[in-house]
Formats: sequence, C-alpha cells, structure tokens
Amino acid sequence: MPTTKKKTRARPRKSAPRKPVVWKLRLYVAGQTPKSIRAFANLKVQCEEHLKGRYQIEVIDLRVNPQLARGDQIVAIPTLVRRLPRPIRTIIGDLSNSARLLVGLDLRKVD
Amino acid sequence: MLVDIRTEFSVITANPRILVESIAAFLEKQSMMKGPSGPHLVRATREAGRWRRHCQPTVEHGAGMKQMRQVKKASQPSSKTLPKAATGIQGLDEITGGGLPRGRPTLVSGGAGAGKTLFGLEFLVRGATQYSEPGVFMSFEESIPDLTKNVASLGFDLDRLVTDKKLFVDHVSIMRSELGETGEYDLEGLFIRIADAVQRVGARRVVLDTIEALFGELPNPSILRAEIRRLFNWLKQKGLTTVITAERDHPDRLTRHGIEEFVSDCVILLDHRIREEISTRRLRIVKYRGSTHGTNEYPFLIDDQGISVLPISSLGLDHDAPAKRVSSGIARLDGMLGGKGFYQGSSILASGTAGTGKTTIAACFVDAACRRAERALFFAFEESPRQIVRNMRSIGIDLDPWVRKGLLQFHAARPTYGGIEQVLLLTHKRITSFQPSVVVVDPVTNLLMVSTQNEVRSMLTRLVDFLKTQGITTIFTSLTAAGALEASEADVSSLMDTWLLLKNIEVGGERNRALYVLKSRGMEHSNQIREFLLTDDGLRLLDVYLGAEGVLTGSARVSQEMREKAVVTFRRQELESRRRELERKRRIFEARMVMLRAEFEVEEEVIQQTISESELLGEEVVQDRGQMVLSRQADSSSYKKDVRAKAARKR
Repeated sequence: MPTTKKKTRARPRKSAPRKPVVWKLRLYVAGQTPKSIRAFANLKVQCEEHLKGRYQIEVIDLRVNPQLARGDQIVAIPTLVRRLPRPIRTIIGDLSNSARLLVGLDLRKVD
Repeated sequence: MLVDIRTEFSVITANPRILVESIAAFLEKQSMMKGPSGPHLVRATREAGRWRRHCQPTVEHGAGMKQMRQVKKASQPSSKTLPKAATGIQGLDEITGGGLPRGRPTLVSGGAGAGKTLFGLEFLVRGATQYSEPGVFMSFEESIPDLTKNVASLGFDLDRLVTDKKLFVDHVSIMRSELGETGEYDLEGLFIRIADAVQRVGARRVVLDTIEALFGELPNPSILRAEIRRLFNWLKQKGLTTVITAERDHPDRLTRHGIEEFVSDCVILLDHRIREEISTRRLRIVKYRGSTHGTNEYPFLIDDQGISVLPISSLGLDHDAPAKRVSSGIARLDGMLGGKGFYQGSSILASGTAGTGKTTIAACFVDAACRRAERALFFAFEESPRQIVRNMRSIGIDLDPWVRKGLLQFHAARPTYGGIEQVLLLTHKRITSFQPSVVVVDPVTNLLMVSTQNEVRSMLTRLVDFLKTQGITTIFTSLTAAGALEASEADVSSLMDTWLLLKNIEVGGERNRALYVLKSRGMEHSNQIREFLLTDDGLRLLDVYLGAEGVLTGSARVSQEMREKAVVTFRRQELESRRRELERKRRIFEARMVMLRAEFEVEEEVIQQTISESELLGEEVVQDRGQMVLSRQADSSSYKKDVRAKAARKR
C-alpha cells in the first residue's frame, strides 16, 4: 500500500481485547492545510478516546500521490475513509463535529 | 394566416416592449396586405405574451442581456483575436465562427437526453483525433465501461484513445449513503484528480459531465458552489478549454443549481423537443462573450457519426451556374424551355393538384438521365420503388433496367420515420455516397407531415444549396391543394429556378391535365398552356384549343377541332363555287364579246361598202358636170363670178 506519511499508532495490545479487529482509517489530505491539520487532530482525539490501541491512521497526501484519489473516489478534502471494519465509510470535512464523526464512523456502539 | 412569431421576430429577444411594438407594426402591414386582421391580432397578442414569458429567463440570466450586449459590442473589434478551439462537430464551428472559446469554460445545458454527454465526448474525441489536443473526460454520472459502450455505437473508440494517451476518462462517483459530513471541506481532491489527469495526457481540453451531480452527493451546497466557482477559475487559469454540462430541469433556468453564473464566456443550449409526436433536436448559443455567433436555434442530430448541426446558411450562395442544358425527357417540354431543357444544376419544382402527373414528369426526367448513362437518385416519400416502377411501366417508361444497371437508386421512406433533420441528413448522405447527377424529391409536401412550414423551408433551402454546389439537377414535386395553385405548399417557389405547374382543367364533364411553365430563370420559355397526355407510349404535350369558349381540352378539344374542320370545308366549297361562277361569267362575257365583234364586223362591212359606194357616186357626179360644161360651153367667166357671189351672200 503506497503511502507517504504514515503515522501509525498501532499500540501493542493490552489485556486480551474482546474485539481483535484493528480499525484501519485513511485520511486524505492535500498538503498541510489548516483544514487537514485540524482534521487529523480531531480524528486523533476521537480515536484515542474510543479506539485506544485498536486503530491505524494512514494519511495520504494527494499533492504527492494524486493518482490515489481515484481509488477511493476522493473529491472533497479532507476525506476520512474507514477501510476496516467493513463496510467502508467515508466522511468528509475537517471532522470538527465530533458527534457526527462518531455517528459516521459508527463508533458509539463499540463503546 | 399563421405567423410564427418567434421566427418572424427572432432578432428581438430581450425587450418585450420592442417585441410587442414590432408585432403591432407587422400586423398593420399584414392587414394592409391581406384585409381584416381581427383574429390574427388576438392570436398574435397571445403569442407575444407567451413569448415574453419565454424570453424572460434569458433576460435575467447571464447577468442581464444588456450587459452582455455591451460586452459584446465593446469587444467586437477584437473578436478576430479571440482564440477559439475547433470542436470538429459538424456545423457547430460554422455557427460559432471557429469553435468554443479557447482556454475558457463553456456551459452546455440541456434536458435529459438532449445529448450533452455526447457533445462533450465528441468535443474531446474530435480534439484528440483531428486537432491533436488530448482531453480529459470527468464523468460524474456514467461509469467508464458504460460510457465506452454508449459511444462505441457512434464510432468513437474510447479504449483506443485511452491507450494511445490521447484521452483520459475518469469516473467520479460518490455514494451519498456511505458519506457523512463533519465540518468544512473543499474540492481539492477533485482539483488534484483533474490536474493529474491533465498532466498524464497533456490535455488541452476538459469535459466535466455533469458537475452538478455533486450537489446531489455532497452536503453543504454553499461550500460546493464556492468550490465549483473556484474550479472554473482554476480551469481558466490553466488555459484549459472546458465543456461543463449541466442538466436543465426547468425552462426558466439553464441549470438546476444555477452554476451558469460562474460560466460567463459561452453558453450553449441543447434542446430535445417533441412537436406533434416527432422529435427534433435544437442547439442554440445563448451567449458567446467576445465573439459574434449565430443566434438562431439550429437543428442538430445525433447519428452514427456523432452530432451534426445544420446551419441554414452553411453553404452560402456561391455555387457555380453551368450553362449546360439537360433534357427533361419530354421533347415538347424541352421545346417550351427554349428548346434545350433545364439548366444543369438547377432546381425544378413540379407542383400541381393530386393526380396531375408530377411523379410521371419526374420519372421521365430520370429515364432521360439514365439513357444518357447518368446516375439518378429518387427520394420517394410516398410510394414504394416497386410501385413507382410498375406505375411508370403503364405509360411506357421502364425504370427497372436502370435500377438493375445501378444507374438509378431509390430511397423510399416515410419522412415520419425520423424528424426533418434526419431526412435532410439522410438525403445528404445518400447524395454524397451515390454522386448522382439527377435527383428527384417526390414530394416535398410530405415533409410538412413531420414539421412546420418554416422548418421545411429552411431544410429545403439547405438541400437546394447543397445540390446546387454539387451541380445536381433536381426535380422537387409538390402537391398543392386545389384553389391555391400558384402557392407552393412549403413556400419554396422562390428557391426554384424552374417551376412547372400542372393542373386539371374541367371542361365538358371531364378532367384533363394541363401543364405550363410558370417560371424558368435565365431562359426563354413558352407562355402557352399545353395539354398533357399520358399515353401508352409516354407523355405527350399538345396545344390546347383556345377559342371563344376558353381553353378546351380532351374531347371538347377534339369536337371543337372537328367543328373547325367542317367550317373550313364549307368555306372551301363556297369559295370553289364562287370561283366557278366567276369563270362562267367570264366565259359568257367572252362569248358575248365574240358575238358583238362578229355583228360589228358585219355592220362595219356594210357601212364601209356604203361609204365607198357613195364616194364613188360623188366623183361621178363631178366628172359628169364637168363634161357637161365642157360640152355645152354655156357659161362665161362672168357668169361664174355671179354664181360665186350669190353663194357668198347666202352664207
């Protein structure tokens, strides 16, 4: 999987988790714009709170790898794609509305 | 009287007040020419109102027509310098004066099925193949395999162009159901995708089909609008000639989400309308900043070669005028046309009421052309080829051998099969592929079934121009309703060089055909009506009888001729007898003269005799007296004197 800026936060598993599934999230950005930075920060906060140790965030800068935009049908920036668990979910925007983010990621149920 | 207000006043679209005024002026003119105008006025006013409503959106759109006009006026002198990108779409470049504005976005708007996607795609394909300008197609609706399949039927091989790196097709699909929105976003992703695609093929042209689909898929329209505006500006900055398609869902608006306000350079409207169950496609350039352009609605069609727009004046009036003549196939008709027939490359109208022999005249002409080993093309809009061949055989014209030899081709189809534009295009295609020197269109009036008079006229104008540039002699037949003989149904007479009028003359309880040459440009032609006979061995033209009782034809003419013959015989006999009488009189006179002379001679003889006798007698007396004197010697000379004096006194 070609990536440019990989910020992996896969924490070593703690006491045997009930769900071994690791969330794979991909954040598409176009350069270090305020919006992208905001989005990443917002995402990290939510993930730390709800998915501690069970998630991976892959940040893809389309400025560097523009051809990747077609794969996930990226139009808007920033776009967050939840690749795992299935089904794939897509959220656009700077993720500032955390309630919506959680609904979009289907995170409430997990907790 | 039906007047199509829209065509009559097509110049004025913006100002309803001016429009109404000009309609009033027009009606006044009409009423002066054609009598009372009450119902026309009502109808026209209604039309004007409708038209005003119709043109209102145009006024509102595009930041106002006034402003547009000003801009247009201001930039008129530089219109030559405005660079244009040829579309390669047949006819469109002529209307736009060279193509779409280069390096600027053009909005192509139209309803569902108007041909927007095809327009965009053809723009790219033609650009890539004909003008070596690679292109990028961003599809927001159709997937790439669908798109490829759809346009393959039009002869566009997208796959090959893509592998040749002349075209890049990208499908942008967003599933709303999988999408959530949390906060601000921008369309940088799309920008990047387009930029990447452009860079990959070195594109000069971009098509966004239909970008408004994003409104349905992405939340927050205000952000989207701002982003789309930014996108257009960005495309312009990059110098990409862009076609943006947009769906038109309401006649008042050009686009569903009003993106036309971002595209200020060129707006083209595609329309697919159904009139009386027959569809016609129309194209109109709503605006074109910095350039003059055709303002009319132009019919266009989509066939296996893509889009063809048919501008009315695409060919102009600069065709050749050959002085060569071609025979009409009827000797007597040639005689009526200065003895030589039609001009080559001229257009001939044979109009007449039903059953006057229009098709027959056309068939004669075709037959004559085939005899000269020329190719002929027969467009039959009413009869099947077999029927025509059979019918013509009944008058001794056998067209079958020509068909078998390949000199004669029939193209028979009801015009209702497609719209009028389709008919025109088909005619063009058949003519181009067959290259005939003679064409028959039988009858043009059938075209009115599928269209309005204006459309038929404009179609025929284009057809006539086309045929003339090709130097093809053409006979159009036209069915006229009884009564208005000299008004050709589609008002096409002014397009025609020669007009043969056929009519039925009713005399003595029978109908007979008559033909005359109503006009024939540039040649001496007969002003006579000829009787037109269909016999077992072809057409014959006879002089009609013009007598005190008017024009006589058929059996009336025959009986009149008999009557005339009788009169002539009678006169001859009378003359003969007069002559004989004269002779007789002369003879009597001569006989009398002989007798008189004889009598005279007899008398003369007698008189002569008497004269000579009396002369003799006189001489004898004198001699006798002398002798007596001599013998008597009685008188002296004095006695003689006395006697003389006495005689003088007595006198």
